[in-house]
Amino acid sequence: MNANDTCKTVNIYLYTRYERFWHWLQSALIAVLLVTGFEANGLYTLFGFKTAVDVHNFVGLAWLIAFAFFVFWVFTTGEWRQYIPTTKKMLLVIRYYMFGIFRGEPHPVPKRKDAKHNPVQRLVYLSLAAFLLPLQMLTGFLYWSYNSWNAWGLGWLSLAVVAAVHLAGGFAILSFLVVHIYMITTGHSLTAHTRAMICGWEEVEERDAVEEWEIKSRAKNPA
Amino acid sequence: MKRAKLAGSILMVLWLLIAPVPTVSSNPGPAEGEQAPGREMAQQATKGAKRWITADHSKHEALKQEFASGPEVTKACLSCHSEAAAQIHKTIHWTWVDPASPKDKPMGKGALTVNNYCVSIHGNEPRCTSCHVGYGWKDKSFDFSDASKVDCLVCHEQTGTYKKHPAGAGNPAKEPVVFPGDGQKYLPPEWNKVAQSVGRPTRDNCGACHFYGGGGDMVKHGDLDSSMHKPNKALDVHMGVDGKNFDCSRCHTTTAHQVAGRIYSTPAATERKTLAQDDLTPRITCESCHTATPHKPGVKANDHTDKVACQTCHIPEFARALPTKMRWDWSTAGQKKDGKPYKEKGPLGTPVYDTQKGNFTWEKNVKPQYFWYSGRIDAVSLKDTIDPTKPVALNWPVGRPEDPNARIAPFKVHTGKQPYDTVNKTMLVPHLFGPPDSDAYWAKYDWKLAFESGMKKAGLPFSGQFDFVETSYVFPTTHMVAPKDKSVSCNECHAKDNSRMAGIKGVYLPGRDGNKVIEFLGWTAVLASLAGVLLHAFGRAVSGRRKED
Repeated sequence: MNANDTCKTVNIYLYTRYERFWHWLQSALIAVLLVTGFEANGLYTLFGFKTAVDVHNFVGLAWLIAFAFFVFWVFTTGEWRQYIPTTKKMLLVIRYYMFGIFRGEPHPVPKRKDAKHNPVQRLVYLSLAAFLLPLQMLTGFLYWSYNSWNAWGLGWLSLAVVAAVHLAGGFAILSFLVVHIYMITTGHSLTAHTRAMICGWEEVEERDAVEEWEIKSRAKNPA
Repeated sequence: MKRAKLAGSILMVLWLLIAPVPTVSSNPGPAEGEQAPGREMAQQATKGAKRWITADHSKHEALKQEFASGPEVTKACLSCHSEAAAQIHKTIHWTWVDPASPKDKPMGKGALTVNNYCVSIHGNEPRCTSCHVGYGWKDKSFDFSDASKVDCLVCHEQTGTYKKHPAGAGNPAKEPVVFPGDGQKYLPPEWNKVAQSVGRPTRDNCGACHFYGGGGDMVKHGDLDSSMHKPNKALDVHMGVDGKNFDCSRCHTTTAHQVAGRIYSTPAATERKTLAQDDLTPRITCESCHTATPHKPGVKANDHTDKVACQTCHIPEFARALPTKMRWDWSTAGQKKDGKPYKEKGPLGTPVYDTQKGNFTWEKNVKPQYFWYSGRIDAVSLKDTIDPTKPVALNWPVGRPEDPNARIAPFKVHTGKQPYDTVNKTMLVPHLFGPPDSDAYWAKYDWKLAFESGMKKAGLPFSGQFDFVETSYVFPTTHMVAPKDKSVSCNECHAKDNSRMAGIKGVYLPGRDGNKVIEFLGWTAVLASLAGVLLHAFGRAVSGRRKED
């Protein structure tokens, strides 16, 4: 591959099978949800309102169930530590993407088995997995269960507000997706990150072992 | 090994994505032979409807005597059915007044309501009361307590030969006579034959008046006209002769001559009960037979029944067989050709101009208008002051989105231009129908004389000054229920443009309603992200090339 010839690269196994499966399943579900959701909101006509809503409801519920497995996985494997936010080196990472990347500098926090997210990624993915996606699932579930609100004592809720929050979440996810799809071209090669998410192995710069701060939490809480 | 893993995960993802599709598409349409519970309920409730009777009226001595008039027949009927006239006397079919309306402002055809057809009965009785279930209501002197004046035959005779003369104040013709209004010949009834034929009212009995409201076929309701004598299933699933072939009374269930149905401001039903909850409940609501969740479990339409009337989806259009009158402009009446009144027909074969009445507009296959409706229709009375600077709604559906009994329901809205008193600001009653020497409009074509005479007969003041004002009049659309595959589809309402629900407020309608602010901010964020990454990509491309150089 077009590895940077100024430094050696090494092939590491970064993503386990379930993780890859979950990533692609979730991305497919989200893609379908975005397309059908925006249609149901009336932004365009593609499948027709009924089909869009039927598909959106089904896929949304499927996502909700599948997400429960992800939550189980992330806690039982200890992978949740990968999402612990930190400010350390965050400015370096931001600086890298703003300047360093154009000059061919090495990434300040390359991926490692025990630290696959850089500080910015940690923050973004934590916000997604812990806030935006659950919010979307919650508002989506409420939207779907509108007819039961009275029975559940939720009669005070406003459908217009729930729908608005759900729509805003959809736009936030779409914005994330635009940046995310672009960022996966910034690996060692244009396709290095994508390849890693498909077969699990990624070529990364050979570097010292994971720095202590990156796995501090593990040292404190041995798995 | 790696490749096998890769293939495995891709297959699994694909399976999860494709698997839902057949489930989703099989959801809406019921499988062959499988019934929606609401249909099954209704079909069970109406099974084996063989009517039987223990009397043959042709064998009754009372009906073999020589009759010379309607009241004589009625007396014979009452000799057995002793309470029938007293029962009829309490019904709106007899009084033409809503019993629930205030005593100082009685509402109804026989009182103070006003429409944008022939406006009001006052002064025009002999013509209007040809549809009264009585004999001889020719003016205010009619005795409403006279039992013999009840016309039993118009509702019960089954020969189809009994006809009231259109201008006979409820009486049939005494001798063969042609009515100039429709050019038809009216014969005196063969009294014994019609009296001995009596039975339960059929579509033709009810239809004799209700299909011809407003003075003729296709004029008033839009969902009731002569096509409903023998409709096919495509026109009306319940009444279709090739379908359930219901008579009107199948749903308009009747107790002691009180026929179930709305009476002006009194809803047809205040409780939503099914036959399973109360076997004597009137079948006047759809829910009586079909329940409140008539569709198959999981079908979204079941979730709509708390806000949307069944008719809204199941009657996509009214006037599907014959056109219906949609507008009546009285202000152009009185024009003559060569000094003579004339009529002109339009593209639908129906009159578009009549010297007596002005201009008409007719439409076929009309999409209803929709309003929140609690089963009650309120109306302007002849005593109410109106605001002539705006179109005057002569009646309107009552209902608010917050009312748990209100539903979004379909209506025919008939517009018109009709006279009002510019000084008193009230609607005016024209005396329309009368002999050539009377002050009736159709005699002398003088509006002022007609209003003076009409208002006097109504017992109301007239200033002498008049003009014409835009009005509207609504009819709930509830007949002509279409086969289920013709019902309104989701996207006809859940759409930004041309939504059938465009005017409906008080409910958030996905697909119709969005959030302009969030849509703007959302697209801005997405486009900003796109611009950012494109710029970044450009930067990388340029710097990469520079390095290669």
